[in-house]
Parts: sequence; structure tokens; C-alpha cells
Amino acid sequence: MIATGGKRWLFLGVALAVVLSYVSGGLNSYDRGIWIDCGINIILAVSLNLILGHTGQFSLGHAGFMSVGGYTAAKITLVCAALLPVSMQPVLLFVAILAGGLLAALAGLLVGIPSLRLRGDYLAIVTLGFAEIIRVIMQNTEAVGGASGLSGIPKYTTLGWTFALAAVTIYVVAGLVNSTYGRGFLAVSDDEVAASSMGINPVRYKVTAFVVGAFFAGLAGALYAHHKQTLTPTGFDWLKSIDIVVMVILGGMGRTPGVILAAILLTWLPEQLRVFSDYRMIIYSLLIILLMILRPQGLFTFKRKKKPNPVPA
Amino acid sequence: MDRATIRFGGLTAVSALDLSIGPNEMVGLIGPNGAGKTTAFNMITGVYQPTEGGISFLGHPTTGLKPHQLTKLGIARTFQNIRLFSSLSVFDNVRVATQLHRRHGIINALWRGRDFRDSEAEVEATVMDLLAIFKLEALRGEMATSLPYGAQRRLEIVRALATKPKLLLLDEPAAGMNPTEKEELMHLIRFIQERFSISVLLVEHDMTVVMGVCQRIAVLEYGVKIAEGNPSEIRSNPAVIEAYLGTEEGEEEVEDA
Repeated sequence: MIATGGKRWLFLGVALAVVLSYVSGGLNSYDRGIWIDCGINIILAVSLNLILGHTGQFSLGHAGFMSVGGYTAAKITLVCAALLPVSMQPVLLFVAILAGGLLAALAGLLVGIPSLRLRGDYLAIVTLGFAEIIRVIMQNTEAVGGASGLSGIPKYTTLGWTFALAAVTIYVVAGLVNSTYGRGFLAVSDDEVAASSMGINPVRYKVTAFVVGAFFAGLAGALYAHHKQTLTPTGFDWLKSIDIVVMVILGGMGRTPGVILAAILLTWLPEQLRVFSDYRMIIYSLLIILLMILRPQGLFTFKRKKKPNPVPA
Repeated sequence: MDRATIRFGGLTAVSALDLSIGPNEMVGLIGPNGAGKTTAFNMITGVYQPTEGGISFLGHPTTGLKPHQLTKLGIARTFQNIRLFSSLSVFDNVRVATQLHRRHGIINALWRGRDFRDSEAEVEATVMDLLAIFKLEALRGEMATSLPYGAQRRLEIVRALATKPKLLLLDEPAAGMNPTEKEELMHLIRFIQERFSISVLLVEHDMTVVMGVCQRIAVLEYGVKIAEGNPSEIRSNPAVIEAYLGTEEGEEEVEDA
């Protein structure tokens, strides 16, 4: 797994992002936009993977958390951008992104505590309902533009920001799952009854996964807002949640590298196949059905290298 | 347990069961199929709450506590149908169970400072020790569910021990074992009790195993305790013989599960 080696992987990822942001000057704006989309989708898919893949909770609310983050961040920059000098832009973006993530995490906590007593299909329905509620609230709140949404959001998101945050996301998810603490997520996903009799509080672990996942969805939403420059409530409907679920399933649940590849593929492919965009959902559902029949472990699941367990000296 | 009773609708599954387990004692709970053994077991471990009466552990009343809280108090269990974590290796199955006594949370897991690494290393050492005691160290990298049946049973016991219990509850550990494996299991249970000096409650079908290791045995039939005593008393108790062998038809009710 990524980041088992510790913090240096995180630094490597962030450094790579910084380099990318310099190199990206050479790309045309269309290509750069696609790469930013890729990065945002990586954040979304990897964070959903913590909830869906590692902890085994079927959530269809990721787009809802994303919109909470996106709207929060956009509102902050829209209000503050005119008041601050241009040199303060990165600080403003940072604050906006962080606020977006925190508010999304709060939303995750509020939704998670009551709904995580449910399992499987029931949880999926509750989270789906929650995401729709958020969308409807946004649609009817004049402060965030109502049905026409927010526009004129400053274009702050860069390739560097996106990939740096993607690196942080990957690090956090992998770091959690690769600690004795975080293995509780896997234990809960495997067998809740057995986990609780090992002293693991399943509800606490599920809510933790949910809140961490929602936080990163919020970050992704904030990046998205400052990349697309407009936000509309319909952009965060349940199809968006399904998109992210498809990335996780396609990449292999609980397999971070596979999920990253799937996120990139599913960002790039629709761009190449714009002609067929009307059939996208049909193709997605067919893809999932075929995948479940032929490769239930995920498209990009490679045989996990057997990790020799450390022998203490 | 003090007059613990549980009813499901109109059915009284376990009725006014009194049972106490002393420190370092090995108690067996037996009874024919459907006598309420597993239900009694689930009341002790917090899966079910008694409808009447109460249960206490080391002076604490345990009514209302969730299974994970009971585990913190020092009650560990194994399952009748093995429930190992299938996506974790043998090593990690045991490692997960040791996290109970550590105070490191999310932030530490991400920052991985010296404290955290020391504590992870300590956990690893504990796990290795446990695996070595139970001769599972060579299998530590295997996925838990790929082990042979007997080893999976052993691993479940190791995992329960990793929570550092004071009371270990074994739910039909001999189920599905052949005579040789049962013999090994008896050695293992005696060994655990001596080595870790803990109390053990053994819920079991298999007479040989129960008679072989327990100091005291309680017999349940239709949710009621019909006898309690040491193995030789139980063996000669007419009520027990009747419960197991029946009186008129002489049906064999003891099942080789």
C-alpha cells in the first residue's frame, strides 16, 4: 500500500504536486482542466473508499458532502476576495478549503451518528436521502444563489493545490488503515459482532470513517468550486454520488492504488467519448453488472504483495 | 449471574439462572440442544440483555453494557461458528484485538511520532509472543480464513486472549473437531488457564472435553439449571442422565456436532 513507508511518501506526493504545477504551464488550459478534474476525483474516490471499501458502509451521500464543502468555500472567497490583496489569494484559498472540509465533516458527523446504526441497503437509502436534502436546501437558499447557483467564483484552484491535497488524502487514508488503530475499520467491515467482542466500538469506527471521508469530500468540493467557477445544486445530484461509487467499485473496494487508477480513467474516458455522453449512465450500469460477474474484486486489483509481518527484535 | 432470565416473546429461553465463576476457575455449562446454553452465553457477553435479574462482573453490574465495553472490563469470548476477520492476516487478527489497551487515536496514527512507533512496536512484540505460545508464528502472514480448521479455532482463542481478559468464554470450541483435535484442545484450555491465570467458562456439547477440563459443571435443560457440581457428581446425577438420555424412548439426544 501507498504511504506504508511513512511520512516521506506524503512529502514526495506534495513535492510532485509542486513540480506538476510548474510543468503544467506548458499544458493548454483544456488539458490542465482535465488533470485537475482527475485530482479532484482521486480525492473523492479515495475518501469514499475509506467509507465504502475499508469500513464496508455503503454510502451514497458523497456528492452531498462535496456540495457542502464547495458552497462553503465558494461563499467565503466570494465575500472575501474583494477585501484582500491579490497576494493573499493562496491564504484565502487555504482557509476556504479548510472551512469547506470542516463543515462537510460536521455534516458527516450529523448524518453519521443516527444513520450508521443502519446497515447495507438501509444506510445507502438514508445517505442518498441526505444528499438530496442538501441539494434541495441549496436550491432554496437565496444566500447561495438558489436554483441558479453561485457563479463568478475566482479561479484559484491549480494543479499543484489539487495534487497536493490528493497526496494528503491518500496519505491519511493509507496511514489510518495501516495502523493498529485503523485496522479497526477493516475488522468492523469484516464482522461487526466479532469486532465488538474484541473491544472495538463499531459505531465509533464507522462514524470516524464517515467524518474523515466527508472532510475530504468537502475539500474536493472546494477545489471543484474554484476550478469550475460556478456551482449549481443540480451538479451535486445523486448521479454524482454514483459516479464516485463506480470509481471505487471499478478500482476494487479497499484497494487505494486501484481506486486512484479508476478515478483517472473515469475522468479521462468520458472526455474522449463526449459523443456518447447521453448513454453514460447506461454504460456505467452495464459496466458495474459486467464487473460484478467477471471481476468482483475490481478491475485494477492486482494480487496484493504478501507483506512479511515485522519480527520484533 | 443472579437469577438472570431472558424471554423472547412468550418463550422463556433461560429462566432464573444462578451461576458464579470464581477467579481462576474453570466452569463448564452443558445441556442438550436448545437448552439455552448459547443464550446464557450471549447474556454474559452483552449480546442480549436479561429481561429479569442481573449479571455482575468483578462487582460491576454489567446490565446495559455493550459487548465492546464488557471486553474492556475483561470479558473475552470466542464464537461457536468461527468469526475471524477474513480480510486480515493471522497477525493482524490478533493485532486488532490488542488495540483496546492503547490510547493512540487518529492523530497519532497519522503523525506517527516516536511514541506511536514505540507503541506499535510494543503491540507487534505482544502479538508475536502470543502467536509463538500457540505455535502460529509461522502462519502469521497467511490470511486468517485460509488456515486449517483447528488452527482457526486456536487463532480465535489467541485473538480473545490478546484483549487481556480476566474471564474467557469459549462457545463450543470442540465443535467440528475430531478426537485428536479435541485432545489437543483440552491440553490447550488447561494450558491457557495455568499460563494466563484467568477464569474460563466453557459452553460445550462434548462430554469428554467438559468432563476432562472443568472443575465445576452446570447443566441446563429447557432454560433451567437442573444440576451443578464437579464432574463425577454430574456424571451420576439422575436428572442429568434423564435430560441427556431421555426416560421412555431412550432417545439419544447428544449430538456429535
